[in-house]
Amino acid sequence: MSSVPTSLDESPVARILRRFRADPMARASVAVIVLFALLAGITPLLSALGIPWPCDPNLTVLEQKLLPPSPAHWLGTDNLGRDVLSRMLHGASISLTVGLIAVAVSLGIGVLAGAVAGYFGGKIDQILMRSVDALLCFPTFFLILTAVALLGPSLINIVVVIGLVSWTGTARLVRGEFLTLRETEYVKSARVLGQRAWTIIIRHILPNAAAPILVTAVLGIPDAILSEAGLSFLGFGVQPPQATWGNIIADGKTYLLDAWWLILFPGLAILVASLSFYLAGDALREAAESRN
Amino acid sequence: MLSIKDLHIAFRSGDSLNPALKGVSLELGKGETLAVVGESGSGKSVTALAITRLLSSPPAVYQGGEIVFQGQDLLKTPDAELRKVRGGKIAYIFQEPSTSLNPVYSIRSQIAEMISLHRPDVVDRDAEIIRWLDAVGIVDPAKRLHDYPHQLSGGMQQRVMIAMALSARPDLLIADEPTTALDVTIQRQILDKLRELQRDLGMAVMLITHNFAIIRGLARHVAVMYRGEVVEYGETDQVLRSPKHPYTKALIACIPRLGDHRKRLPTIDSFMS
Amino acid sequence: MTFFILRRLGLSLALLFLISIISFFIVTLTPGSPYPWGELNPKISAEVKANFRKKFHLDRPLPEQYALIMRDLFTGDLRSIKDDRPVLSRILERLPATLALNFTSILISLSFGTLLGVYAARNAGRWQDMTGSFVAFLFIALPSFWISYLLAIVLVKGFHVPILGTHSYGIGFPNAFAAGLDTLWHLLLPATVLAIGGIAAQSRYLRATMIGTLREDYIRTARSKGLAEETVLYKHALRNSVRPLVTGIGMLLPALLSGAVIVENIFAYPGMGRLGYEAVLERDYPTLVALNFVVAALVLLGNLLSDLLYAAVDPRVRLE
Repeated sequence: MSSVPTSLDESPVARILRRFRADPMARASVAVIVLFALLAGITPLLSALGIPWPCDPNLTVLEQKLLPPSPAHWLGTDNLGRDVLSRMLHGASISLTVGLIAVAVSLGIGVLAGAVAGYFGGKIDQILMRSVDALLCFPTFFLILTAVALLGPSLINIVVVIGLVSWTGTARLVRGEFLTLRETEYVKSARVLGQRAWTIIIRHILPNAAAPILVTAVLGIPDAILSEAGLSFLGFGVQPPQATWGNIIADGKTYLLDAWWLILFPGLAILVASLSFYLAGDALREAAESRN
Repeated sequence: MLSIKDLHIAFRSGDSLNPALKGVSLELGKGETLAVVGESGSGKSVTALAITRLLSSPPAVYQGGEIVFQGQDLLKTPDAELRKVRGGKIAYIFQEPSTSLNPVYSIRSQIAEMISLHRPDVVDRDAEIIRWLDAVGIVDPAKRLHDYPHQLSGGMQQRVMIAMALSARPDLLIADEPTTALDVTIQRQILDKLRELQRDLGMAVMLITHNFAIIRGLARHVAVMYRGEVVEYGETDQVLRSPKHPYTKALIACIPRLGDHRKRLPTIDSFMS
Repeated sequence: MTFFILRRLGLSLALLFLISIISFFIVTLTPGSPYPWGELNPKISAEVKANFRKKFHLDRPLPEQYALIMRDLFTGDLRSIKDDRPVLSRILERLPATLALNFTSILISLSFGTLLGVYAARNAGRWQDMTGSFVAFLFIALPSFWISYLLAIVLVKGFHVPILGTHSYGIGFPNAFAAGLDTLWHLLLPATVLAIGGIAAQSRYLRATMIGTLREDYIRTARSKGLAEETVLYKHALRNSVRPLVTGIGMLLPALLSGAVIVENIFAYPGMGRLGYEAVLERDYPTLVALNFVVAALVLLGNLLSDLLYAAVDPRVRLE
């Protein structure tokens, strides 16, 4: 018999963290996410303090346009001679911001809707779930595109629209959890004791549904990042001169066959950022669900 | 015909290895019936499945011993050979007939699959299937041919399983608690049918059960298992009359009898201290 | 079975109604819409504005607006701002191309997704499974426009192969077969790019379902019959794990139609995605309402068909 602590000794959170830490893939993806967050956070900070790093993303030097990667410009320059690496670092902060806030919005709506539907049941549940079914028929990105185009592409609009369109998955999950948890002994006794519905929801049921909600949140971040990238690519993202990963590629598509670095690097960044969130979220899900 | 010698099997769970069989030895001759009796967890089902290596191998670990069937050690037989033995020489029927049949295929197609795999010389498969369904006691077999498992009652499902197992004409039928999930009235019918078929086909039967009461008249020999070991082995009548091991005594004493005037039903524990 | 169909149809109609409401409101109520010009643009005369309002019933109360727009949509009176053609015909003429693209894409997704899913399930827990998981997430994280351009670079620079539109421009073909092959080739590239995410999603769902199925008693029975492992997997287990494949179609469709907006743009493929992008660029209000509605209705139809397909495959549903 090994000396691993039994599940009776640790809290659920500690158990999940232990399993999560044991997975090498999880560790690697968290490392990437932390790196990404650091870069995304520091770059605009330094910029605001007047220290553009590695160089000014908007500095246009036409004589240096379309240069391949070199020691001077690690990822090359774009069609206006701007340093691609710097633009990408600034783009990282946009992507991360959109990812986090959009997920926060969708989580807020989704948890609320799911809790109400799952706890109160009946007609409210039916109406909410039919609306979810109907909303799910819409191609998400097209809906986002339509709304953002009509509202006007700004960071706030993008974040709110993505959040408003993506809450359905969370709602369904939360509803499912609530339907199950509502029938547990401690909830039933809380009701018998006369506790009010919202107290029960917030203090008793929600904490127990926290793990799957967290997993959905983490898995929702890359979806938001990819949507933002798509919007930027089509020209409906945060507008120039602000650099985003999507619009670097959009600028580069005219020079597709000659300046491959304008396509490769931003896309790689999108891929790596999204992938690490997906892997981390999946590892979290495994850690929350497994039985030892 | 079948000789299990000192079989050791354990199950891996995380980092630890939990022993399931600790040196099990059994013998079964041609055409004979052996009953393997014990409570849940005694290892009787594990023994049965181990014979043709049906235990899922990530958790199960074969640690040692021999399973000699018709001269071959099945633990060392290559997969392709083993597959011919499975079904063709050694067939199984299981406890829960409702979940042991594939729900999306008709009973005809499931039995036909068995026949075409092990008896490719049979030309008219439908006729053969109807013969077998009739032999196990299914009324109006021709009409039942295209039914799906969920359309049949529990007793009928088990009969279909028996028909399917026997249609390949195996030398040994391993019946793992075949009547436990069925109504008491049906149990007797199924067991009688099994005995009849065994006589007609001359095949050997290994009957696994936790119910001592049903084996009399059915099995010539009995092996009693407790916690992964065979604790008693002998002719059924002998063992029932004078059991030697305290566990066997307990099992026999626990069989409820009509006309028994007892205030409290005995449990195994009261015998095992 | 008929009861099942009727019930599904009833549900679908209710959803269709909800969809039409959502499509209408999203486009009409979004601030800044539906006028294609800026609100305060002085170049547009009051008369033009009034005409626009009248044409799209914007002076009526909301529920009436909704009813009238829906009516106009189906009678062909709803016309695009761009070329004043009935919106419905503009959409319908793009339908065949979109259907061809989606059908091909679903086919690719389902077939490769199944192979990957079964492979992962049979090797559950081992390194093959881990690799399969990683690859699946890689596919989902892949931005479609990125992979399209990378493929374009490789194909055009490396192999000098034409990729835009539905057929190669300016080349005559000796016979219909060669022309057909050319069209197929032009279809294949966008369809494959769109299918990448689908392959990943399908393989994951199938893997999960298969792992559950493989624990069932009848799988043990199948093995005890002496069947080869491939037969057990593909004949016995897969047939019982079909649900994610079928419901997958329902889930793939919206993603496909979404992804098409970008992919059709890149490959200059004349489908509804491209139409959507153009409508967004021009703030073509009627087209946007209609397109959102039609596309969601298509998804609804797809879901209905896949439910019927599921009933055809699982006899337990059929015989209820």
